[in-house]
Amino acid sequence: MQYEPTIGLEIHVQLSTASKMFSGAATAYGGTPNSQACAVDLGLPGVLPVINAEAVRMAILFGLAIDAEIAPRSVFARKNYFYPDLPKGYQISQFELPVVARGHLDIATEDGETIRIRITRAHLEEDAGKSLHEDFHGMTGIDLNRAGTPLLEVVTEPDLTCASDAVAYMRALHTLVRYLGICDGNMQEGSFRCDANVSVKPIGSTTLGTRAEIKNLNSFRFVERAINYEIERQVELLESGGKVVQETRLYDPDRDETRSMRSKEDAQDYRYFPDPDLLPLDISKVQIDAMRELLPELPRAREQRFEHTLGLHHADAVNLARDRAVADYLEATISAGGDPRSAANWILGEVFGAMNKDGMAISEIPVKSEMLAELLSAVSDGTISGKIAKEVFEAMWQGEGRAREIIERRGLRQVNDTGAIMAFVDQVIAANPEQVEQLKSGKDKVLGFLVGQIMKLSKGKANPQQVNELLRQCIFD
Amino acid sequence: MDNSSPDIEAIARLARLAIDPNDVPQYQDAMQRILALVAQMNAVDTAQIAPMGNPHDLGAALRADAVSERDNSAAFLALAPATENNLFLVPKVIE
Amino acid sequence: MEYTTIAQMSAALAAGTVSSVELTRAVLDRIGQLNPELNAFITVTPEQALAAAHDADRQIAIGKHGKLTGIPYANKDIFCTQGVRTTCGSRMLENFIAPYDAGAVERLGTAGMVAVGKTNMDEFAMGSSNETSYYGAVLNPWDKGCVPGGSSGGSAAAVAARMVPMATGTDTGGSIRQPAAFCGISGLKPTYGRVSRYGMIAYASSLDQGGPMALTAEDLALTLGAMAGHDGRDSTSVTRDAEDFTRLLDTSLAGLKVGVPKEFFAAGLDAEVGEAIESAIGVLERLGARRVEVSLPNMSLAIPAYYVIAPAECSSNLARYDGVRYGYRCSDPVDLQDMYVRSRSEGFGNEVKRRILVGTFALSHGYYDAYYGQAQRIRRLISRDFANALAQADVLVGPTTPSTAFRIGAKSSDPIEMYLCDVYTTAVNLAGLPGASIPAGFDNGLPVGMQLIGKAFDEATILQVAHQFQQATDWHQRAP
Repeated sequence: MQYEPTIGLEIHVQLSTASKMFSGAATAYGGTPNSQACAVDLGLPGVLPVINAEAVRMAILFGLAIDAEIAPRSVFARKNYFYPDLPKGYQISQFELPVVARGHLDIATEDGETIRIRITRAHLEEDAGKSLHEDFHGMTGIDLNRAGTPLLEVVTEPDLTCASDAVAYMRALHTLVRYLGICDGNMQEGSFRCDANVSVKPIGSTTLGTRAEIKNLNSFRFVERAINYEIERQVELLESGGKVVQETRLYDPDRDETRSMRSKEDAQDYRYFPDPDLLPLDISKVQIDAMRELLPELPRAREQRFEHTLGLHHADAVNLARDRAVADYLEATISAGGDPRSAANWILGEVFGAMNKDGMAISEIPVKSEMLAELLSAVSDGTISGKIAKEVFEAMWQGEGRAREIIERRGLRQVNDTGAIMAFVDQVIAANPEQVEQLKSGKDKVLGFLVGQIMKLSKGKANPQQVNELLRQCIFD
Repeated sequence: MDNSSPDIEAIARLARLAIDPNDVPQYQDAMQRILALVAQMNAVDTAQIAPMGNPHDLGAALRADAVSERDNSAAFLALAPATENNLFLVPKVIE
Repeated sequence: MEYTTIAQMSAALAAGTVSSVELTRAVLDRIGQLNPELNAFITVTPEQALAAAHDADRQIAIGKHGKLTGIPYANKDIFCTQGVRTTCGSRMLENFIAPYDAGAVERLGTAGMVAVGKTNMDEFAMGSSNETSYYGAVLNPWDKGCVPGGSSGGSAAAVAARMVPMATGTDTGGSIRQPAAFCGISGLKPTYGRVSRYGMIAYASSLDQGGPMALTAEDLALTLGAMAGHDGRDSTSVTRDAEDFTRLLDTSLAGLKVGVPKEFFAAGLDAEVGEAIESAIGVLERLGARRVEVSLPNMSLAIPAYYVIAPAECSSNLARYDGVRYGYRCSDPVDLQDMYVRSRSEGFGNEVKRRILVGTFALSHGYYDAYYGQAQRIRRLISRDFANALAQADVLVGPTTPSTAFRIGAKSSDPIEMYLCDVYTTAVNLAGLPGASIPAGFDNGLPVGMQLIGKAFDEATILQVAHQFQQATDWHQRAP
C-alpha cells in the first residue's frame, strides 16, 4: 500500500504592536521576568481586558493581503483550561467568528510550479507566559512578560502534500508578514511559531487519515525534518498494522524525531463561550477600504516585477524581493540612476557581504541607495573599473564620503588613454620576454599573468578591456 | 439535551475541584435540582431569537496602542505565595 | 449621632456645624459598638479613614469641596481598595491586599468621601442571605435571628444600623435590591454599564453592576452621581454625557405612568407583602401617578436563565484563583495538579463550588447550546418583554422580594429555595435595566421593599418616584 501525506499548518504570528493585546503593558522582548506583566496580564481580581486597536488594524491588513473576507462582526471567546503560564485560567481567543476568513497564499514549489494554499481563517488571540523548568528546588518558574502579547493565528486547509511545500508556504507567510510590517519574523525570539498537523492516507483516497499535531516548530529546517519524520513514522505504523493516534507531539531536533507529549491537554474540553467582558468587534467597510490603501506591493508581485520588468534573473528576483527594506533599497538605487542588473549584483554581493560582516540591517548601512547609484554610474561611464569600485565601496562603507569624492581624493580614475596604456604594455613585454614567447606559442594562461603585471604597474587603474586588447595586438599582430 | 445525570467527578476535574466522595451525592442532588430548574427554559421555542450577550447590543471599544504600564513587578510579586528571581514559583510542571 | 443621611451630613459640614473628623469618629465608634454582633464589617480602616477625613476638612475649610466631601461610607468587600485587604467574603482572598483601587472607589475618593472599611458579603457575591461568607453570617439589625439578605448583606446591615450613611454594593441577580428590602433601606442597581466594573471582582460579567445603598433616594442620587461614569479600563462601561441624577427628585408624579406587571403578583408572593405593595402603589396614585396594568410574559424563565448564565460566567471568572500568583495556596502541594485542586477546594466554600460545577457543565461540550445558548436567547425575550412594558409606562413597580427576611439557616438545605428569593429581581439584570428597592412597609416587624424598574439609563425617573414616595411616607426613616 502506498501512502500520501496531508499537511495543514497553524502558524502563530506575534504582532509587532508596542503594547499588549488587551493591556497597556509593553511587548518588547527580553525584559526582566515579570517586569512587563501588568495587573491585567496577571489576571488580578477585578481587572478587565481592552482591545488594542493596532492589532485589529494589523489583522485587517493581513486579511486583505491574502484576499480574505474580513468579518464585519467578530467575537472574542474564552478558551478555558488550567496551566500556570495562563494567568486567567482562560485564553482570550476567537472561536466561531474569527476576524479573517477564507483567504489564500500562492507559493512556488520546488519544481517551480505555483500552487494555491487555502487559508481557512486567521484570528486574534493573546499569547501565554513562559514556564522555566530549570531547577528552583524542584519548582518551575513562571514569567508572564509574554502573557497577553497579540497573536494572529493563521490556519491553512490541509492543502499541503509534502514537507518542502509546507516549508515554502511557511517562508512565503514569513516574508508576507514582514512585508506588511505586522511581525518582525524573529523565530529565535518566538515571533513566528508553527504547529503542523500531519496525517497520511492511501494514495487516491479521499478520506483523510488520523492526524498528529506537532507543536512549536520554530525554524524552517525543523519544520521540514519534523514533518518528514512524522510521515515516515505514520506510514511505518500503518504498514505494521498499527493505528495512528490523534495526539500532540513535540519535535526533538537533537534526535531528529517527534515524540508524544505527555498531555497537558488530554481530552481537553475548552468550553468556548463569547467573552462577556469584550463586546463584539465591528469592522466597517470604511475601515477596510482605508486599510486597503495602506497595502504595500506584495512580495510575490514584487518578485515577478523584478524578474519580468526589471529583467533580473529569477533567483536574484526572489532573493531581493524577500525583504521589503532590501527591495525598497534596490528600487531606490534604480531610481537614482543605477542599472537594475548591476544594482542587483552589487546588493547581493558587496552590500550583503558588508551587512553580514558588520551585523547590520539594510536600513542602518552607511552606503545609502543614492550613494550606491553614484558608484554604479562611475563604473558604467568608465570612470573606474569594476575592481576599483570595490575599493571605493569599502571606503564609502567606512564613511570616507561619496564615490566621486573618494575617486578623486585617492586618484583612482581609470586610465583609458591608449597611449598611456601602450606605455605600460611595452614596459611589461620588454620585462617578460619568456612569458611573451610562451604566449606566442599557445600558452594562453600566461596572458593573465601579463595582464596582471600591467594592472600592477598602473596601480590597478588601467582599463582592463583596453589592456587585454592592446596586449593581444602587440603580441599577435 | 442529554438527560442522564452529569458526572460530578468529571466536571470537578475540569474545574480543578475535589469533592469529598461522601459529599458527591449531595452535589449530585443539588446539580440535578438546578438542572431541573434550568430545564424550565425549554418551555419556550427560541429558534428564531438571536442570543443576547450585552444588554445594550453594543460593539467593542478599542484602545490606542500605547505603553501605559510601567514595571510594577515588586508590588505584584509581593502578593504571591512563592517567588524567586522575579519569577512566580509553582510545583514542577512535567511535560 | 444626630445626622443619619448624606444630605444632612453634607449640610452640616458645609455650615461648619460638624467636621469630617468628628463624623468619622462617630461612625467608627458606632461600628465598634455594633459590629461585634452584627458582623457587617470584615475590615475597618480607622487610620486611613481619619487621614481622609482630615484631608476633607482641609478642603472644606478652603471652600474646595462638593456635596460628598467628608462623608464617611463603606465599600462592599468585592471592590478592590488599594493597600487594604479585599477578601470578597472568601478564604481564597483572606490575605489579599489589593494593589489598586476599583474605578468606582477612585471616583468616590475624588468626590472626597471617607472610606471607613469593607463590608461582609456572600462569598464571591453568590448568595441571597450573607450566610455563605467565610467571615461568618451577618445579622439583620431588625431581627438578629434573621438574615439581612445578600450578597450585599454587610452593606445593607451597616446602613440599616446607621453605622454609615452609605455603603456600596453589587447586584448580579438582586444582591443590592434584595438586602435593601430585607433591611428596610434604599438601594439602587444602575443600568448595566453605568458604573465601572474595573476593580469590582467579577462574578457574572454580563450581569454584575455596582451601586449605592443608603437611607434615602436623594442620597442614592448624590452617590450615583459620583460613582457613575465611563471608564476606559472597562470595555462594557458606557459613554454618556455627565448627568445630574437629582434633577427630577422634586418633580411631581402627576401624569407619570406606573406599570404594574401582573406576574409580580402571582403565586409565591406572601399575602402581607402583596398588601403592603398595593398600599404603596396607592400612595403613588395619590401623588398623581397613573397605574397601568402590564405584563412580562416570560418572567418565569428569568431564574432558570440566570442560573445558567451566572454560573457559566463565574466558572470561568473564578478560574484565575489557582494559588499561583496571589490568594490562598494549600500547604505542601505534591505537584501542580494537587496545588490547583487543594487550593481551590480549600479556598472556596460550598455554594461557590456548586455554581462553578453547574457553570462548567453548562459550557461543556455538547451542552453549550442547550444551556448557555438557550439562556442567552431567553435573555433577549425577557429584554423585549421589558421594552414592551416600558413602552406603556415610565417605571414598573412591584415587590422586591416574595417575602420578608427569613431566619438564619432556614434556607440552607435546598439551594433552589434560596434562588427563588430573587424571582422579581433577576429579570432586571438579564435585561440590563436600572432597578431600585425602597422601604414600603412592614410585616411582623420586618421591612418590606418596593421595587422600581426603569428604562435603560433612566435612573433619574426611578429616583424621582422614590423621592416623592419618601416625601409622602416615613418608612425610610424607621430605624431598627
